[in-house]
Amino acid sequence: MNSNYETVIGLEVHAELKTATKIFCSCSTAFGAEPNTQVCPICSGFPGMLPVLNKKAVEIAIKAGLALNCEIAALCKFDRKNYFYPDLPKAYQISQYDLPICKNGYLEIDLEGEKKRVGITRAHMEEDAGKLVHQGNITSTPFSLVDLNRSGTPLLEIVSEPDMRSAQEARAYLEKLRSILLFAGASDCKMQEGSLRCDANVSVRPWGQKELGIRTEIKNLNSFRALERAIEYEAQRQIEAIEDGEAIIQETRTWDEEKQITRGMRSKEEAHDYRYFPDPDLPPLKIEREWVEQLKADLPELPDQAQQRLMEQYGLPPYDAAILTLTPEFLEYFDQCLSLYNDAKQVSNWMMGELSKYLNQYDIEIHDCKIKPVALTRLLTLIDEGTISGKMAKDVFAEMFATGKEPDVVVKEKGMVQISDESTLLKMIDGIIEANPGVVEDYRKGKEKAFGFFVGQVMKATKGQANPAVVNSLLKERLKSE
Amino acid sequence: MELYELGLYELRDKLNREEASVHEIIESVLRRIHQVDGRVKAFVTLDEENALQKADQLKREELRRGRIAGLPFALKDLICTRSLRTTCCSRMLEQFVPPYDATVAARLNAEQGILVGKLNMDEFAMGSSTEFSAFFPTHNPWDLERVPGGSSGGSAAAVAADEVPFALGTDTGGSIRQPAAFCGVVGLKPTYGRVSRWGVVAFASSLDQVGIFSKDVADCALVMNIICGYDPLDSTSINMKVPDYTSFLSTDIKGMKIAYPREYFQQGVDKKNRELVMAALKKYEELGAIVEEVSLPHSEYALPAYYIIAPAEASANLARFDGVRYGLRDFEADNVTDMFSRSRAAGFGAEVKRRIMLGTYALSSGYYDAYYLKALKVRRLISNDFEQIFKDFDIIISPTTPTTAFKLGEQSNEPLTLYMNDILTVPINLAGLPGISVPCGFSDGLPAGMQIVAKPFDEGSLIRAAYAFEQNTAYHTVKPSLGGE
Amino acid sequence: MALTTNEVEHVALLARLALNDEEKKELAEQLSLILDYADRLNEINTDEIEPLAHILPVYNVFREDMVGASSPREDILANGPLLEDGQYKVPKIV
Repeated sequence: MNSNYETVIGLEVHAELKTATKIFCSCSTAFGAEPNTQVCPICSGFPGMLPVLNKKAVEIAIKAGLALNCEIAALCKFDRKNYFYPDLPKAYQISQYDLPICKNGYLEIDLEGEKKRVGITRAHMEEDAGKLVHQGNITSTPFSLVDLNRSGTPLLEIVSEPDMRSAQEARAYLEKLRSILLFAGASDCKMQEGSLRCDANVSVRPWGQKELGIRTEIKNLNSFRALERAIEYEAQRQIEAIEDGEAIIQETRTWDEEKQITRGMRSKEEAHDYRYFPDPDLPPLKIEREWVEQLKADLPELPDQAQQRLMEQYGLPPYDAAILTLTPEFLEYFDQCLSLYNDAKQVSNWMMGELSKYLNQYDIEIHDCKIKPVALTRLLTLIDEGTISGKMAKDVFAEMFATGKEPDVVVKEKGMVQISDESTLLKMIDGIIEANPGVVEDYRKGKEKAFGFFVGQVMKATKGQANPAVVNSLLKERLKSE
Repeated sequence: MELYELGLYELRDKLNREEASVHEIIESVLRRIHQVDGRVKAFVTLDEENALQKADQLKREELRRGRIAGLPFALKDLICTRSLRTTCCSRMLEQFVPPYDATVAARLNAEQGILVGKLNMDEFAMGSSTEFSAFFPTHNPWDLERVPGGSSGGSAAAVAADEVPFALGTDTGGSIRQPAAFCGVVGLKPTYGRVSRWGVVAFASSLDQVGIFSKDVADCALVMNIICGYDPLDSTSINMKVPDYTSFLSTDIKGMKIAYPREYFQQGVDKKNRELVMAALKKYEELGAIVEEVSLPHSEYALPAYYIIAPAEASANLARFDGVRYGLRDFEADNVTDMFSRSRAAGFGAEVKRRIMLGTYALSSGYYDAYYLKALKVRRLISNDFEQIFKDFDIIISPTTPTTAFKLGEQSNEPLTLYMNDILTVPINLAGLPGISVPCGFSDGLPAGMQIVAKPFDEGSLIRAAYAFEQNTAYHTVKPSLGGE
Repeated sequence: MALTTNEVEHVALLARLALNDEEKKELAEQLSLILDYADRLNEINTDEIEPLAHILPVYNVFREDMVGASSPREDILANGPLLEDGQYKVPKIV
């Protein structure tokens, strides 16, 4: 990237609030139902239908706002945002315009040990639209189908300040925001199911310039990777355009996942004019301070507090603490392990290593994982006791992950018990030394590498079951003595 | 006397004394409709078969349980009725069959009332003459050459022509009171929030309220008892105890303090209409009320404020008619924008388009502050004026309309002239107050109405004042001569 | 306040109303007249006045987060002008 320019990024994130029912009617918000089976005349925008606000949605919005260090409005109201689209049943979206429920918050991201504060301008409640499904190829088919199951799902739109300066910072912000919302119980934050959606406002400016460049808004960012790639691509595109003397047009662009580029969406025939006005069907909200205090007291441990705890209580490095607090389920798993086993770093290593590797590889949620904390900690105990080696433990782990068997069972079935018996090992070592006088010579002349040869030979002879620590000490002793 | 001529109390007595059966009542009403509706044209949908079926199914013991058990009624055709088409008298919804009953319809059904059909109106309740119905205009029973008023013209005409003993309508800027005045019947618009709007197709949500057309004040009180009250499905319906409105049917109004605002007796109000209401005020004084002139200085700005606020809300409320989920659809368009625009152009009539355009403009970028926000501020001033007066007075009285019913076709081409019909009624909607129009005499053979307005949620005072006047005059007993059998 | 035909066209696009030339001309005239009338509001000073959007002194009207029955799909789709696979069918966007 051209280092004469600075990239400026702000994110607009839509998070589905974790309620059982929609924001203005009692239809279920469960994901994945048959099209148009979780709808009623209200969320389908039928004539004469009226909205009634879901109290839980408001409470969750307030909790999310508190978790994001926001001010909670004493008075707020709902407005109608008017635009026509086939998946917007009333042709207006009930949203909040000038009096959002939350404003002036922030969160902290960790950049290689450096903390950075990213401002949150506002967070407001609104209803989701339905889904438009294109039949077949979008360019050739003349029709789309409308499914209104999602219509009326409560959303919190969280708008950041343009405080981020790189794709990595944007990613860190989104990851942090996600973990805060998860910990607060505000949202499921499943990007692939659309319960967390992100648009990025990107602009570039020459270093040192105060005023912001002209920004574009990038939509269709369905993963953290897409967010990073799209920002990198878009910043580069803007820099090249400026270098070529072209003007940046303020527009909405879409991320083309296949081509890995951003594309300008055909500009609508009209400038946006949403004609916001107060929704007469919904009385305003007066949010009493006691209510806010009560919700604040109900807030569970949040990621920053949890990280602090892990570092102070277990002496974990900040990096480990950050990873372990990405989701409440991950942290809960860790905490359960620590209630059974006391080497925090060892648990952390295995959770960040093998466990994460397999969960990602098979796309499994941690609470669906067949290895429960009791089994993982038993596995670690087997290593500590010298029953199996760390390397063997990885194989056992793989089997446990696939089958859910207890570690002791796997070890037994595979005959994987570690050989730590000194006399057995000494017999082998002596045989190997005898058979390889030349290598022994090399080692004694100071060729350290030769030591590895002997370890390898012992492992080969025991099919990897020799206890490496014992082998090491015995080898050292024998090679020295003669 | 024919059964169809009777009011609710009289019909109930007939049933109780077993002098008539429900079947006979419904048949009588249907016969009357066949007899006169070819000329009046109040109904857009008749539901004879179901009405008769329900009449025959009603058991003797059920008759005692419902307050209007076995008694017929009809609804303005923007009140949704399950399985019975609800058109808003628009091409847009000509085929629309709601899968739900509006709360008010459900409440009347729960009292075993019998729905006989749906009544004509100005398309989506936009108009003051019922000439903007997409289907046909309704004629005033007092003079078939004249309009019945609007937008609930079908409801007013049906009651005036003895086609039903009572009907429901809606009032956004006078749409109950003005046609009630033009047709010589009682028309009550309750306080905003008193009656559920759920299932009533919205015109301007901050102003709309469902109300009653009846032959006399007592019947009105009876129906008020049924339709009023909190509905958890309508966030703007107020959770407040509803009094028994029939307990206000008293002729004792001694000491009642009545204000008449001078501004409501100027503004191009016909001399005869003014005189009739002044005479009524004299009557009140005779009955022991205290009558004083007052001023509501901002009321003259109510009409321009109303014609910004109501269209602005309507522009959003009517945006849902886009041809996707229900209603008229243009099948020729090959892209969505054209499909929307052409469906809407084909489905809406000229007045509806005019108001949508006006409202869209008033909310659009650059004009919001100058029009919409300004109108909301003026609305506050108008409301404050009323609040001041009600510190010292129980009710406010004025003419309901500046004129009596005008001729069909006379005003339909001049929007502003037509809007002037609402000049005395819109301030009441802007302030959210309850208002009633009762017959107060005749001008050249046409009925004139007197408007009574009370404090929020004090419909009781309206009923008391209206009843006292009615019991001391005979205007409500005079009927239009539509000719008999 | 005189509206031009261009302004009428812009508003008609916002409101999704396909108008013919005659309608546009007529609306330009009629809306201008009505807006002139509305300009009377400027005779009053409202600088210190709070706008009144909700007439009722009511706040915080809620429902509980309890799942209720959704509509049977056939009922909700029964009025649909064009359907396919249990969904509303519309021409593609743009």
